[in-house]
Amino acid sequence: MRLKKLLLGLLGSVIAIGSFLEIASADLKFPMLVYRTGAYAPNGIPNADGFVDYYRMINARDGGIGGEKIVFPECETGYKTQVGVECYEKHKEGAMVFQPMSTGITYQLIPKATADGVTIYSTGYGRTSAKNGKVFKWIFNAPATYWDGASIAIRHILKQNLGNIKNKKIALVYHNSAYGKEPIRTLETLAKKHGYKLMLLPVDHPGQEQKATWLKIRKSRPNYILMWGWGVMNSVAVKSAASIKFPMENFIGIWWSGSENDVLPAGQGAHGYKALTFNAPGTDYQVHKDIKKYVHDKGNASGDGSHFGTVLYNRGLFQAMVQVEAARVAQKMHGTSKITAAMYRDGMENVNLDAARMEQLGFKNFSPPFKNTCENHGGSGLAAVQQWDAKAKKWNMITEYMYGDSDVVDKLIAEDSAKYAKEQKIALRCN
Amino acid sequence: MSVELLNFIETVLNGLMSGIMYSLVALGFVLIFKASGVFNFAQGVFALFAALTLVGFQTGQVPFSHLINELFGTKLHHWYPEIHSFLAIIFTIITMIVLAWIIERLVLKHLVNQEPIILFMATIGLAFVLEGIGDLMWGSDVKVLDVGIPSGGSEWLENATIGLAAEGSEYYGMYIDVLNVWATVIAVILVTALALFSQYTKTGRALRAVADDHQAALSVGISLRTIWVFVWAMSGFIAMVAGIMWGTESGVQFSLSLIALKALPVLILGGFTSIPGAIIGGLLIGVGEKLAEIYIGGLFDIGAIENWFAYFMALVFLLFRPQGLFGEKIIERV
Amino acid sequence: MIYKETGQYNSNYRSDHAIFPLMQDKIAFSLLMLVAFLFVPFVVDSYWEKAILVPFLIYSMAAIGLNILTGYCGQVSLGTGGFMAVGAFSTYKLMTTYPDLNIMIIVIISGFISALVGILFGLPSLRIKGFYLAVATLASQFFLVWLFNKVPWFYNYSDTGQITVSERTMFGVPVTGAAAPPYATYLFCLVLVVVFGFAAKNMIRSKIGRSWMAIRDMDIAAEIIGVPPLKTKLTAFAISSFYIGISGSLYFAVYLGALEVTESFDIMAISFPVLFMIIIGGLGSMLGSFLGAAFIVLLPIVLKNFMVDLVGLSAVTAKHFEITIWGLLMVVFLIVEPHGLARLWSIAKEKLRRWPFPY
Repeated sequence: MRLKKLLLGLLGSVIAIGSFLEIASADLKFPMLVYRTGAYAPNGIPNADGFVDYYRMINARDGGIGGEKIVFPECETGYKTQVGVECYEKHKEGAMVFQPMSTGITYQLIPKATADGVTIYSTGYGRTSAKNGKVFKWIFNAPATYWDGASIAIRHILKQNLGNIKNKKIALVYHNSAYGKEPIRTLETLAKKHGYKLMLLPVDHPGQEQKATWLKIRKSRPNYILMWGWGVMNSVAVKSAASIKFPMENFIGIWWSGSENDVLPAGQGAHGYKALTFNAPGTDYQVHKDIKKYVHDKGNASGDGSHFGTVLYNRGLFQAMVQVEAARVAQKMHGTSKITAAMYRDGMENVNLDAARMEQLGFKNFSPPFKNTCENHGGSGLAAVQQWDAKAKKWNMITEYMYGDSDVVDKLIAEDSAKYAKEQKIALRCN
Repeated sequence: MSVELLNFIETVLNGLMSGIMYSLVALGFVLIFKASGVFNFAQGVFALFAALTLVGFQTGQVPFSHLINELFGTKLHHWYPEIHSFLAIIFTIITMIVLAWIIERLVLKHLVNQEPIILFMATIGLAFVLEGIGDLMWGSDVKVLDVGIPSGGSEWLENATIGLAAEGSEYYGMYIDVLNVWATVIAVILVTALALFSQYTKTGRALRAVADDHQAALSVGISLRTIWVFVWAMSGFIAMVAGIMWGTESGVQFSLSLIALKALPVLILGGFTSIPGAIIGGLLIGVGEKLAEIYIGGLFDIGAIENWFAYFMALVFLLFRPQGLFGEKIIERV
Repeated sequence: MIYKETGQYNSNYRSDHAIFPLMQDKIAFSLLMLVAFLFVPFVVDSYWEKAILVPFLIYSMAAIGLNILTGYCGQVSLGTGGFMAVGAFSTYKLMTTYPDLNIMIIVIISGFISALVGILFGLPSLRIKGFYLAVATLASQFFLVWLFNKVPWFYNYSDTGQITVSERTMFGVPVTGAAAPPYATYLFCLVLVVVFGFAAKNMIRSKIGRSWMAIRDMDIAAEIIGVPPLKTKLTAFAISSFYIGISGSLYFAVYLGALEVTESFDIMAISFPVLFMIIIGGLGSMLGSFLGAAFIVLLPIVLKNFMVDLVGLSAVTAKHFEITIWGLLMVVFLIVEPHGLARLWSIAKEKLRRWPFPY
């Protein structure tokens, strides 16, 4: 009896495995590697919702891109690399672009996607030196990289100190992983340039327990703290900083450490905490009105719709918008609405989102203008600083969009990408 | 006193406090291991599940709302705006008791007399089930947990200690998180209650009898299964306390379940079968890892060593006492 | 009827001690090998390769390794992730230091390096036993992962600690790197798994394997009859780590191609799943290692494809169900058959002796 059941079960599963082959190839396929479960779900959910709502809005309002409907199969990775590989292999057939949503998976997919000819768009995360389009043909990370982020944070600090931060102590609290280590070299180089002292404080995944880190900070009293954190680490860090009474306005997070999830658990203590961002929070933009009209009011909101207008949700909108825009550019360039993955890459490389175009798309003043070129896949490198207002429970932009320190960053990018090109024997493009 | 000495004392104090937080998780492990010989890896997920349920009751979330909405296209969110945390805690305790009963019925009953490693694996399976159900019931968003326990640095202590340093030295007073002080108080109450309970009540004595010898306990008419339900419910309760403490600090989210990994070195150091062991093991691990992180880590400029250091410390202890500090002596016969 | 052993007599010791004493087993195994070597390589596509076959082979290798230690020698270990990391990073360092060395040699040297590390971390097992040992092996897990993340030498001073494989060929065909064709990576792993699978099977049937089992069944008694516990336990650790190291090396070089130590060798990503594999497959069974690996690799994919593509649930709900069902199945499995899939298979064989005419 038991054996029979087992065999039946096995048969059923074989059929189930076979079934994925039958998925029809669709018009414009934008697979999504999301993580709505696992340790980083609180960040993954709003971000994914932004994507879905935007795609749905485009499909409902414009009937797709140039008449072609967008399909966006979700594949749940749980932020795990192995699952990311499975998802990629499952969906790469006919896919235009992958948004890996995790630095680990991005590194993983860079060689694979390059070999398969699929575009990877890692918006402000992933491998920084992928900005160099000469080496990384298929990888894009506009509008800004971690190294831009690091130098922008330092620039912000410089401005507050009238250009002199000699002998100031700056601590970097970072997620002890590839992602968190990204800014270290940039910050070290900048330390030589500006004469500040850098303190490195790694925090292990998941970052539930950071007492030792904050005791160290309390003892050595750094003037500023930068943070490259993710998931629960962010909220615990913000809370700990508040409870050792570190002046919150001197505590600056990267754009992945600046969402509502990170500050709300700390309550009033988080007031004044700053984070970088390349997209504005809030719901006062044309695109939100469109989404409200075409998606939410029709009852089609992704998830429960409660993340509408949050930082990560809006970032999802921005990411989706760039991907859609790239498809439009590609359609125009090649004179066909039925583009291939290779044409899509051309489109992504020629995206030019200036202020006027942003306004047309409903993103007026939403994020800094940028354009990709053959050499530059990393956009403008502009980001601004936002500050948390715990009483009103909202983020406020407090600076203009700023450039990073391109003297330092460009050199580092050239070095790192040259090393990669040599290791992988890649011939340079764009000559 | 010199600033160095004061800083050292501060580190030790904070280590002790962290240790208490680990002990809270470890206690649940010990209770179950003593009574049923099960190394319950699901204890961390228990804490997560309890905390999720608590927040769910408190804010009146509809269980399984995401699933129901997806399947039937409804728009369920909340039953009621908010209830007092005390009521929510009572409801959560009831849930944990029901959960213990279900676990006994569906899992433990069928696994009597299996090898320890099989039981261990079964609890990992259980952990997955609870994680999945917890997510399905309450969603995987981060939730703010506030049952009115204060947190943040203690100003009183800071002001009281700021004068202790020598004149003219830069010292800002000692730092202790009030939340941890509360955790300590609660842990002391818990352990005292447990000790009194197991000494002076009938069930408590039955509990100790079961821990001593299953078969002898059975033969004098103690119902093993009732005791198991009882013990699992109790460790469910402890998990809730741990969940509240850890959840207040970080918000309730999946990562909460990983605190189990923090409790494991405490367990092997203290011994799987000893309640005082769990407390003292926790304190030792807490102090040891904080001192290592700050002093050894600071000396050689190597950060984030506390995770493996805790395990190493436990390992070194084990080399001298293979059954942990307070564990029952392992007697081997051929 | 199908599985009738009547009439097959072993007339000498050699045939009595064969790996497959029964004719049916021999035929079935040869058929399986034929399919695996001569059919699958021609039909395998990159999804089957990257999502199913290669991970299956690599996890089988790790499961064999852990089964030697836990299933045959009785030492429960949760340090698998750490030892796999040793294999992966040895491979990376060897690859970048000696660009001309053949990849097969690199993989095997990585196995030896892991074996050395395994001996080192096996030392406490002489004193610590049972769950205490299991948790103590976590020390090696956390320490090794921390080490590879902390010391820049291991990742050639790159900015992030991420390591990336470069292309290596066997007989002119790339087997690592993104350009490697699916059949090449598959065959590369298959050859290693088959060769070392046989090696393990034979080790278990020889003196060393018998002494492992003696230690497992009762170490004091084994010591009294002359099995040296020190040597036996340490060889088990060494050989187990050798296998795990090779699987770690393949995991990095062939399967993932680029990885980061903290995430890819996390205790939840490797150590626990591999332990599940051998328990669900069957402790102390070679077949069990393979069945367990197949089960653990396939089940989530099958569940996911079933729920997302057939039933049409959203990816996230499907994932929640997947976790729940996964846990439930594990508990049910342990209740129904605590000795694993291998035992189920032998029960099936019993049935097949008379099936389909049992009376």
